[in-house]
Amino acid sequence: MLETEVRATIELAAEHGLSAEEYARVLKILGREPNLTELGVFSVMWSEHCSYKSSRAHLRRLPTRAPQVVQGPGENAGVVDIGDGLVATFKLESHNHPSYVEPFQGAATGVGGILRDIFTMGARPIAVLDSLRFGPIAAEPGTDAATAARNRRLVDGVVRGIAFYGNCFGVPTVGGEVGFEACYSGNPLVNVLALGIAKKEDLFFARASGEGNPVLYVGAKTGRDGIHGASLLASAEFNEASEEKRPNVQVGDPFLEKLLLEACLEAMQTGAIVAIQDMGAAGLTSSSCEMASRGGVGIEMNLDLVPQRETGMSAYDMLLSESQERMLLVAARGREQEVLAVFAKWGLDAVEIGRVTGDGVLRVRHRGAVVAEIPAQALADEAPVYQRPIAAPAPARASEARVNVPLAAAGADLTPNFLRVLASPAIASKRWIFEQYDYMVRTNTLEGPGAGDAAVLRVKPTRRGLALAVDGNGRWARLDPRIGARAAVAEAARNVACSGARPWAATNCLNFGNPEKPEVMWQFSEAIDGIAEACLELEIPITGGNVSFYNDTLGKSIDPTPVLGVLGVLEDAAHALGMAFRAEGDAVLLLDGLGENAATADGDADCFASSEYAKTIHGIAGGLPPAVDLAAEKRLIRLLEAAARERAIASAHDVSDGGLAIALAECCTASEDFSVEARIDAAEPAEHACFGERGARAVVSCDAGRVARLRALASQYGVRAEEIGRVGRGAFRLTRGDTSVVNAAMGSVRKAWGGALKQLMETESSGA
Amino acid sequence: MQFGVVVFPGSNCDHDAWYALGTVLGQNARFLWHQSEDLEGCDAVILPGGFSYGDYLRTGAIARFSPVMGAIERFARRGGVVLGICNGFQILCEAGLLPGVLMRNGGLRFICRQVNVRVENVETPFTAAIELGQVLRMPIAHAEGNYYCDAEMLVELERNAQIVFRYATPEGRITAEANPNGSLSNIAGICNRGRNVLGLMPHPERAAESVLGSADGAVLLRSMIASLARAGAVTA
Repeated sequence: MLETEVRATIELAAEHGLSAEEYARVLKILGREPNLTELGVFSVMWSEHCSYKSSRAHLRRLPTRAPQVVQGPGENAGVVDIGDGLVATFKLESHNHPSYVEPFQGAATGVGGILRDIFTMGARPIAVLDSLRFGPIAAEPGTDAATAARNRRLVDGVVRGIAFYGNCFGVPTVGGEVGFEACYSGNPLVNVLALGIAKKEDLFFARASGEGNPVLYVGAKTGRDGIHGASLLASAEFNEASEEKRPNVQVGDPFLEKLLLEACLEAMQTGAIVAIQDMGAAGLTSSSCEMASRGGVGIEMNLDLVPQRETGMSAYDMLLSESQERMLLVAARGREQEVLAVFAKWGLDAVEIGRVTGDGVLRVRHRGAVVAEIPAQALADEAPVYQRPIAAPAPARASEARVNVPLAAAGADLTPNFLRVLASPAIASKRWIFEQYDYMVRTNTLEGPGAGDAAVLRVKPTRRGLALAVDGNGRWARLDPRIGARAAVAEAARNVACSGARPWAATNCLNFGNPEKPEVMWQFSEAIDGIAEACLELEIPITGGNVSFYNDTLGKSIDPTPVLGVLGVLEDAAHALGMAFRAEGDAVLLLDGLGENAATADGDADCFASSEYAKTIHGIAGGLPPAVDLAAEKRLIRLLEAAARERAIASAHDVSDGGLAIALAECCTASEDFSVEARIDAAEPAEHACFGERGARAVVSCDAGRVARLRALASQYGVRAEEIGRVGRGAFRLTRGDTSVVNAAMGSVRKAWGGALKQLMETESSGA
Repeated sequence: MQFGVVVFPGSNCDHDAWYALGTVLGQNARFLWHQSEDLEGCDAVILPGGFSYGDYLRTGAIARFSPVMGAIERFARRGGVVLGICNGFQILCEAGLLPGVLMRNGGLRFICRQVNVRVENVETPFTAAIELGQVLRMPIAHAEGNYYCDAEMLVELERNAQIVFRYATPEGRITAEANPNGSLSNIAGICNRGRNVLGLMPHPERAAESVLGSADGAVLLRSMIASLARAGAVTA
């Protein structure tokens, strides 16, 4: 029986992930029962991953407007004006579920997908960053050896997958972050950010138009890989049967994508392309109905003409396939040969498979029959929008919320603990990871991984620079989603400012658990509000992003993890700053956006319980995150931009994970052979001063003779600049009053920080 | 003078080489599409880095059959200057224009980092302007940079002074620690007997401007330019 003849039922709809109400809606739209193919089409387009049905009601609260925004959320990627007639297009996207099931291909195709979103806009991708989260890679309370080994395999697979795709495609992977927390053991997070540049007039949009215009399929052949990747893999929890989801993971070929990139950019220059969209989640289905819907037109396609790499594929297979490296485009009638010739030159399939119609319907033919006939707009835009129930967790009683972290006796030597924090996977050098990425290809990388708080790229042939940072927050967002989300925005913006750039625009990836749980929706809603507050205060518009729900395994959700990618602009790339100390004898200053009223390093004892120190040394992850003072963050950001422009500082590094002691250590390890002797605040316990993580602070260095000038500049911006030490070449020393609190030879510091990840990933057997 | 940068399907560093020669060093640089047998009168041909043909089968294995390679072979036999960088080096070995092979890195992983190489032979157009024993800092970015040839070939390479660059410490010592990928005898680059064809794994085009971390690559490129200008080069 042809699938066109299979009768749909509510049960069949449920197997496809559609609820009874959603199925009723389908019946209403069609005015009849759908056949199996049409059911499949609705199930992917209305899956959480594609339709954002649980998140749209909340995403509307994000600030998306600003003078520099050329294109906000709604297209394949956001676009901002960066001056000189150029635009930057960038976006963050997740590929979490596939990366658990098949880490190498899951991560690889995650990179491939976001790259296509960039070049489908007409922009050449020039950089990639990744934000990754895994479970602990060494056994610890709560994580046994077998789980840690599996997590190591995931880290290895994901990193190799990103390297495989990015390196071969030829885009530098220039930065990112990696976090380790038990909640991600069953649900790793792989969020990839890509950035592209184009001349403003060369931008392309995905709006089909022109009745009778040919619809062209270009790129790789279609196979059966990835079917239901969107609906059943990305839009559902994991359970014991998750291994069976392997066929739902897509398979990537970066060489094909490189050819596709060159061919698309070249074809776009002909002027014969009207609209273009990449085939991502739900491949042929989403690209056709979305382009049609945006243009208010219809598209008719004949699947017999689709290049196929397997025999006997049904319409269902072809419409739902998520085979990679394919694009769908609309050409100007009469000029299709110009476009086809370009793809032939690059050795890619390019076939006319349909045309634009005026009736607003997505009409699909196969083997002589119409196998699907669905109003495009209803399919693309009329998925239900849910106001899912929200319920805050019961507020903890005051006595439970207060978590005390045991402190050492006054005057105790904190050196051993300092070295332990440096060697924890969350803090330690990520060189083992980033050396697997080509971070220099295209010769635009001015500051690559590890050099500064943000990656910095030059924009040939201008003098401009672009800075990019990606930061997320799981632990803090679990303790307080609103503050955690604010902190993620603040940190990413602060990182961009530490490279000397002005934060210009942002993209987000919101990784949460099952939205059908009221507590998860509460976390989501709070996080949206936190992001909105921070973006408004810091004047950073959100230009687009991604939501990944259903990051649960066996009913347990991950920590709510909002991840922010912030793009910054440097008018002169020569002003870019790194974190490394630059000269012996330079003064080291602590900048504090709270100004002369600067409180202690962590606010109070409750906040210290949420720090890396508390977790690494005492296994405590509780209390509250430090309050985020957005006005203070803004003052610091503006000062850093000004200081970079006026060349008033030699280096800058923000204080974040691990606190001041770790920030100072990182300024040393990033340099060739410098160390530092610095004083820490005596008004609070030594651990708080050294390892407290309150924001709005940065460590900077400058020539000793220019301290007064820097302090005057800081004062203009309402930022306190306190000289705390000197750059030297001896031991790394932190003193509190007369007491030495940390005293370590730089050799030990480098060994602890530099060797930890490699040791864990390579010496312990990762093959189990 | 004209410099030709070959573009294979999958070449990634073609633009970087073109930019270094054309924009940074002010030369006439053009792209040569792999399908063409016409080297368009170029005085030197560069085979750039990247992943030609996606490294399908073996890196460089397919590119060496591209139509342009026949022309490059004839050009090289006449003494034409050919520079193979990274994937370009791999292609030259597959095509038999240079001896030996590039195998997977000893650590089995891709490595991207700055390395130091010592100049072992200054009697090539690429190194004539450099001091013997000088150390150049340039980046590598490869998963198959582990040079190998059999014992007989190694003896020949040394006898004919065909080893041009070796991985070294910043002070110029040849040590195992300075060798990033397990290359035989720390070999980072070699030339043919005629000294007109050079292959090296490090990327000089990525080290042509100090703002990128090192300008030592420009030293190599300028030497090549000067040698061509001086010698009245063989044109393609």
